[in-house]
Amino acid sequence: MKVLNNITGVATTRVDGRKKVTGTAPYTAEFNPANLVHGYIVNSTISTGTITKIDTTKALDVAGVREVFTHENAPLSVKINADYSDPMAPPGSPFRPLYNDQILYNGQPIAMVVADTFETARYAAGLIEVAYNTSGKSTTNIKDNLDRAFTDDDLPDPPKPRGNAKKAYQESEIKIEAAYLQPREYHNPMEPFATVAQWDADEERFLIYDKIQGVASSQGYIAGIFNMEKEKVRVLSEFVGGGFGSGLRPQYQLFFAAMAAKVLNLPVKVVMTRKQMFSFGHRPACFQEFKLSTDKNGKLTSIQHKAYGETSQFEKYTETIVDWSGLMYACENVELNYKLVPLDVYTPNDMRAPGGTTGMYGLECAMDELAVKAGIDPLELRLINYAEKDQNEGKPFSSKELKACYSRAAEKFGWKNRKAEPRSHKEGHTLIGYGMATGVWEALQQKASAKAIFTAEGHLTVSAATADIGTGTYTVMAQIAAETVGLPLEHVTFKLGDSTLPKSPIEGGSWTVSSVGSAVKMVCVSLREKIYARAQETHPELFAESMIEDARFEKGELSIRDGRAVSFMEILNADERKSIETSVNSEPAENRDNYSCYTHSCVMVEVHVDEDLGMIRVPRVVNAIAGGKIINPKTAESQILGGVTWGIGMAIEEEGMMDDREGRIMNANLAEYHMPINADVQEIDVIFVEEKDEIVNPLGAKGLGEIGMVGTAAAIANAVYNATGKRIRELPITLDKLL
Amino acid sequence: MEYKNYPETHEIELQLNGTSQKLTISPWTTLLDALREYFQLTGTKKGCDHGQCGACTVLVDGKAINSCLSLAMMQQGKKITTVEGLAQGENLHPVQQAFIEHDAFQCGYCTPGQICSTVGLLNMKKGNTPEEIRDLMSGNICRCGAYANIFKAVEEMVQKEVSGTP
Repeated sequence: MKVLNNITGVATTRVDGRKKVTGTAPYTAEFNPANLVHGYIVNSTISTGTITKIDTTKALDVAGVREVFTHENAPLSVKINADYSDPMAPPGSPFRPLYNDQILYNGQPIAMVVADTFETARYAAGLIEVAYNTSGKSTTNIKDNLDRAFTDDDLPDPPKPRGNAKKAYQESEIKIEAAYLQPREYHNPMEPFATVAQWDADEERFLIYDKIQGVASSQGYIAGIFNMEKEKVRVLSEFVGGGFGSGLRPQYQLFFAAMAAKVLNLPVKVVMTRKQMFSFGHRPACFQEFKLSTDKNGKLTSIQHKAYGETSQFEKYTETIVDWSGLMYACENVELNYKLVPLDVYTPNDMRAPGGTTGMYGLECAMDELAVKAGIDPLELRLINYAEKDQNEGKPFSSKELKACYSRAAEKFGWKNRKAEPRSHKEGHTLIGYGMATGVWEALQQKASAKAIFTAEGHLTVSAATADIGTGTYTVMAQIAAETVGLPLEHVTFKLGDSTLPKSPIEGGSWTVSSVGSAVKMVCVSLREKIYARAQETHPELFAESMIEDARFEKGELSIRDGRAVSFMEILNADERKSIETSVNSEPAENRDNYSCYTHSCVMVEVHVDEDLGMIRVPRVVNAIAGGKIINPKTAESQILGGVTWGIGMAIEEEGMMDDREGRIMNANLAEYHMPINADVQEIDVIFVEEKDEIVNPLGAKGLGEIGMVGTAAAIANAVYNATGKRIRELPITLDKLL
Repeated sequence: MEYKNYPETHEIELQLNGTSQKLTISPWTTLLDALREYFQLTGTKKGCDHGQCGACTVLVDGKAINSCLSLAMMQQGKKITTVEGLAQGENLHPVQQAFIEHDAFQCGYCTPGQICSTVGLLNMKKGNTPEEIRDLMSGNICRCGAYANIFKAVEEMVQKEVSGTP
C-alpha cells in the first residue's frame, strides 16, 4: 500500500483563510438568533467580604430591561447542584457565580442585567447600587506572603532529589545564587469571551455558542450545573478568536448566559468587556530561587531550584516549573521544590507554555549567570552539560535534535561574533547585546476520535470535536486526510467545534496535531481499507485477485501495480450504497511509555539598549526548533513567530499591576497592560531542524504552539545583561529598572 | 442620582459598502455596534471598545478609523467601507490575498481591522520605510503574534504600489 501524495510537509495556505480575510468566519458573539436579548455583567469592587445590599430598582425601571440577576434571585436549582467543576478544574471548590453574598476576589461577577439591546443593558448595569462589608484587607502579593506557602497531597510531587545538591554546592568553588520574580500575565485573546445561549423549553435542551478551546469543556460544565445529560447540551465553537489557554476552562459569561436563557426562555448573548478579560484566570505570579554550581571545566555539580506559584483561596492551581531543571542538563546532584501561595485572586489558568516558560526563564537565566561566573561561553556551557537521556526519569528520548538546534541557530545568528564582556559592543548611544537560551516543551499525545464520510460526489469530510484557535487545525487536519486517502486538498473538509462530533481533547498543551492528527490519519487509513474492500465488490475484474498492499491511493484513484486503475467516484457510484463512512478511537502507543518525548529549541537574540534612556529593542531573534515532522511549514512557522512575540512581551512588556490594598488590577485595559505591537517585532528567523521520530505518534509530529515562547524571555534577559552589564531578575525588564 | 429612563431613538441613514441603509437607533450606539448588532456586518470586530486594539477599524471616506470611538449618527453622509466591502465579487482585494499568502493571521479576529488599516495606509501613500510600516500598523494588536507576516504582507503591497481605495 503506497501513498505518493505530498500534501503534508508542504507550505499550504489556510483553508479557512478566505473566510477570515473577508470577515465571514463567524465567531461566537456574531450569532444573533431571533428574539435575542443581551446580558451585561457587573463585577465586585472589593476583594474580600460580603455584599450587604444590592439595589436593582433603578436598573429594572429602565425601559427594555428584562431582568437583573443577583445572588438574591438566581434560581435555587442551580445553587443546589454542587458540581461546578469542568474537565480542567484543579483540586478545590470551583467558583460558583451568584451562589451567595461572599466576595472571593476583586472583579468577581455579582450581577447581570438582561435587556433588549446591548446599550440598554450596559446603561442599566451602571444603575445598580452595591454595598459591601469588607475587612478592607487583601492578600495579593506573592513575595510578601511566601511564609504562607504550602504543599500537600493535591500537588504533584516534583522529581525526587538525586545525589546531595546542598553538599555539592557547598563544596563547589564556582557557584551562583539567584532569585527571579515574574508578575501575573493576562491572556487577552483579541476576541473577548462570549456566549450565545438558547434554551428549548419543550425538549429541555441547550444550544450554546461559546468561546472555548474545546466544546466538551463547556458541555460538561453546563451539564453539571443544570443537572442534565450531556447529550442535551450542544455546544458550538467553530471559530475562536485566540485562546492561549484562557479557553481551557469555561468562563463565567457561559454560566450567566445559560442561566438567563433558561429562566427567561429567550436566547441570551453575553460578551465580556476588555476589563472583564482581566477578571478570571491568568498566568500566576511566580518567585523562583536557584543555586547552581560547576567544576572548573563547566560540568554542573549541583542544581537547586525552588519555586513559589500563586493560587486562589478556593482552588489549588499548579504548574510544572521546577521539573525542567532536573530534566535538561546532566547533573548528579539535584534538588527541586515547588510550593503554592494562596492569594485573594481568581484561580490562575494555563497560559501559553504554562510552567515551562516560567521555569525555563529562571533556569536559563541562572545558567547564563553561571557561564559568566565560570568564564565559559553560554552556548558551550549548555553543550558541556548536554543530556542524552531524560535526567529525571532515566529514559531515552524518542528523539532530541537539540544539538542541531544549537549549531544551526549559532550559525544563522553569528553567535561567534558575540563579545563576552558586557558593554563592550556599542554603536553610538546604543549598547548591543547577544543572549541565548534553550527551550523545551512536552510532546504529548491524548486519546482522540475521528469520523470520515466519503460521498459519491467525491468529497471527504473528516470530523472531530477539536478546536482551531488560530493554530491551523482546519488546514493541517485536511492536509493529513487528503494525503492519506489520496485526494486533492480541495476535496477534503475538516469539521470541528461541535460537541456532537467525535470526542477530542481540549486544544492546548501543543497536543492537537499529535492527538487529533493521529486519529485523522487512522480514520483515513481505515477509510482507505473500506474503499479497497468496496472496490473488490464493485470491480472484481480488477481487484478480486489483488492485495491492498499492492494498491495505490492517489489523485482520487485506486490503482494496482500493473497500472489498472479506477476512480474513487466510480467505486462509490457503482452501487446504491454510494458513500462510505468510518470512525476510529486513537490513543498513544504503549511503547511510548518507554521514552521521553519533548520538543526542543535554541533561541538567540540581539537587543539594542539606549545607553541614556534604557529603552530596549529586539531587532533580531533566531529560533531553531526540533519539533519532529512539520506538517505545514507555513502555519508551523506562524506558531513559532507567535511564540517568540509572546516571549518578547514576557521579557520586556507584560505585567498585571496589582493595587495590593484593594486586590485590584490597576491596568485592566489594552493601553496600560502592554503587549507586543507591530513596532516591537522586527526580524525573526525560524529554523526547523530535521528530526525523525517514529515513537512520538504515527505522524512523527510533536506540536509547536508553546515551544516558540519557551526560552525567548531568558535569551532576551541574558542579552540585556550582555548589553548593559545589569542583571535584571524581575520581569518585565522595563527601562526604569535599567536606569 | 438623576437618570434617564431610556434615550430617544432616531432614524439615520448610512452609506455602507456602496449602498444606502436606514436604521432607527439611539444616539449612544457606536458605529461598531451599529455595524455588528443592527446591520449584521460582523466582519468588523470588537476587541476592547476603547480604541486601544484596532480590531474595529473600518474605512470612512478612505481613511482608517476605530469604529468603536465613533457614534453611528456621526457618520451619516460619509462613505463607510467594512471588510465585507473590499472584495469585488469573488475577487479578493489584493491586501486580502496578500494576508492569505503571507499567513498574516492566525485566529483571524484582528484580521479585518489589520486589512482595513493596510488599505488606509495605502490610501495615504505611506509605509515607505520598514519603520513607517511598523509604526502605522501598530494601532492594530494581534495577540497571536502574526506581526512579522503582517509586515511582509503590507510591505509587498507598498512595494507593488497597490491602490487601497474602497
